[in-house]
Amino acid sequence: MKWGLLLLTLSNFAFAADAQFSGKRDLNVSAIIMFVLFVLATLGITYWAAKRTKTAKDFYTAGGGITGFQNGLAIAGDYMSAASFLGISGLVYLKGFDGLIYSIGFLVGWPIILFLVAEQLRNLGKYTFSDVASYRLQQTPIRVLAALGSLATVAFYLIAQMVGAGQLIQILFGLDYEYAVIMVGILMILYVTFGGMLATTWVQIIKAVLLLSGASFMAIMIMYKVGFSFETLFSQAVAAKKSIAIMAPGGLVSDPISAISLGIALMFGTAGLPHILMRFFTVSDAKEARKSVFFATGFIGYFYILTFTIGFGAIVLLTNDPTYLDPVKGGIIGGGNMSAIHTAHAIGGNLFLGFISAVAFATILAVVSGLTLAGASAVSHDLYANVFARGRVDEMTEMRVSKYSTIALGIVAIILGIAFEKQNIAFMVGLAFAIAASANFPILFLSMFWKKLTTRGAVYGGSLGLFTAIVLVILSKAVWVDVLGNKTAIYAYENPALFSMSVAFIGIWIISLMDNSESAAKEIAAFDHQYIRSQTGIGAEGSSGH
Amino acid sequence: MSQNIYDRVQANPKFAELVKKRSSFAWKLAIVMLVVYYSFILVIAFSPATFAIKLGEGVTTVGIPVGLGVIIIAFVLTGIYTQRANGEFDELTHQIKEEARSEK
Repeated sequence: MKWGLLLLTLSNFAFAADAQFSGKRDLNVSAIIMFVLFVLATLGITYWAAKRTKTAKDFYTAGGGITGFQNGLAIAGDYMSAASFLGISGLVYLKGFDGLIYSIGFLVGWPIILFLVAEQLRNLGKYTFSDVASYRLQQTPIRVLAALGSLATVAFYLIAQMVGAGQLIQILFGLDYEYAVIMVGILMILYVTFGGMLATTWVQIIKAVLLLSGASFMAIMIMYKVGFSFETLFSQAVAAKKSIAIMAPGGLVSDPISAISLGIALMFGTAGLPHILMRFFTVSDAKEARKSVFFATGFIGYFYILTFTIGFGAIVLLTNDPTYLDPVKGGIIGGGNMSAIHTAHAIGGNLFLGFISAVAFATILAVVSGLTLAGASAVSHDLYANVFARGRVDEMTEMRVSKYSTIALGIVAIILGIAFEKQNIAFMVGLAFAIAASANFPILFLSMFWKKLTTRGAVYGGSLGLFTAIVLVILSKAVWVDVLGNKTAIYAYENPALFSMSVAFIGIWIISLMDNSESAAKEIAAFDHQYIRSQTGIGAEGSSGH
Repeated sequence: MSQNIYDRVQANPKFAELVKKRSSFAWKLAIVMLVVYYSFILVIAFSPATFAIKLGEGVTTVGIPVGLGVIIIAFVLTGIYTQRANGEFDELTHQIKEEARSEK
């Protein structure tokens, strides 16, 4: 097992479903009732939000009126996908300590985002991160590149989520894969088209609260069973596994370059994910933006401690209980990714199993909605309003375009979700993070902090990073060997980010310095004003009332 | 927003003070986070046995509190930054904005 498995595990429990689950599960009535309740409640919110979503600002940023605490929950919700809940607790169940290594990798990007980009982003941006990147550079080329980076990230991430969703629902609810994917697609189109960012944010908040409550209940019940002592939990787990290996790092990190490269992808990729960056425009000012990250980091960190506890609880409760073991294939039914679901059953019977299943589905819905909104904004705000119409477009038209884009993206996501059912989609999440870290992040970061950045440097250097990331993913084991069927991978490491991000930074740096054009001189001269605004928020969208 | 406001902010020594204080504080905290995280990763990569050392009589190893510690450090660092930025730095920003507006 190597680092690549992280992406495999977290992006798709598909492989487990494919390999180990031949039949569908029996209908779980309590799960379906709770899920229907969730859908009705969220559609109610969408209706409420639709009445409040009148302007483009409402649609893209919920009117900028989300508080830091709410936004922190929503960001945490975007991050705590079903894949990370089931994937990380499953990984802890299988490997013990190694599961913790992943959680930490996912968390540590947040402090960096807070220290280096969060408030500058809020002060400079309006609706999308391309607003920030193109602030003093030429609109057309920068927006096209940033929108392509956004769309590529969103598309790969969305396909992975859709495939995971379809397979999870198949397992949990006994619904056909195609129906599951179509249902997710339609619900997400409804939320985003009618309710915009306001509905998307509240769906995310509700789901985050449900997920945190459900996971807390599980962890507390596990700790109750072991007398609230971690030592007892660990020793029972070691006894159940008949192995002490789960208490220490295993073979997960065999080579340091892959480890560092993955660390970079997770850390800086997070700071380049368009649906995450967009959340910073939903709060009123820099103060609330900072609070958002503080609360988000707290919730996400707490969540990872819960999944760690649940994973160890699963070892204790499931390992030797024949109810959950697969008599034919060995291991637990449905593979490691189902450990949290089985643990829910072991703790609270069918009712709690239903609750956790419904929450897992709700989680998928909320995450795909956020992604779709980010993708639609890149099309309507960047490509249509600012590039195609060159800013000469009224708000109503822009909003209409964003709604059509949402529907189009939703349909594309359904089609690709069905098309990729049997594919190994692990590399897609890898690609999404690598592109975010190698194209979106360097351009965004340098546009905010490096005076001498020019349009030419950003466009060529950023494209180079994007290209390198894609080529290295194709040459790595995930595609070159597993998909294309070659014997050995040309690129030996699991993740391209260490190299592709370096290429992007060096490329942007050299090409910007070589750029002696007249427009470059203007762009450099415009930095001081941008810097004052990024540091103080003077002139920032939405902060005028403060 | 007029050109003049930007010029007045630029000329205000408090702006230089704000940028200097905040940048150095933010980078220091970022470096702490990077050092903590990459030390953790490098120990796992080069010396996994270190984290397998038992804490006491039981089965709990050094790796467990260290790992949980990294999570807690990440959270505490965001708290430290938010506390100071939302207080001291925002106060300074407020003063800079007021001074830029009043000197019209």
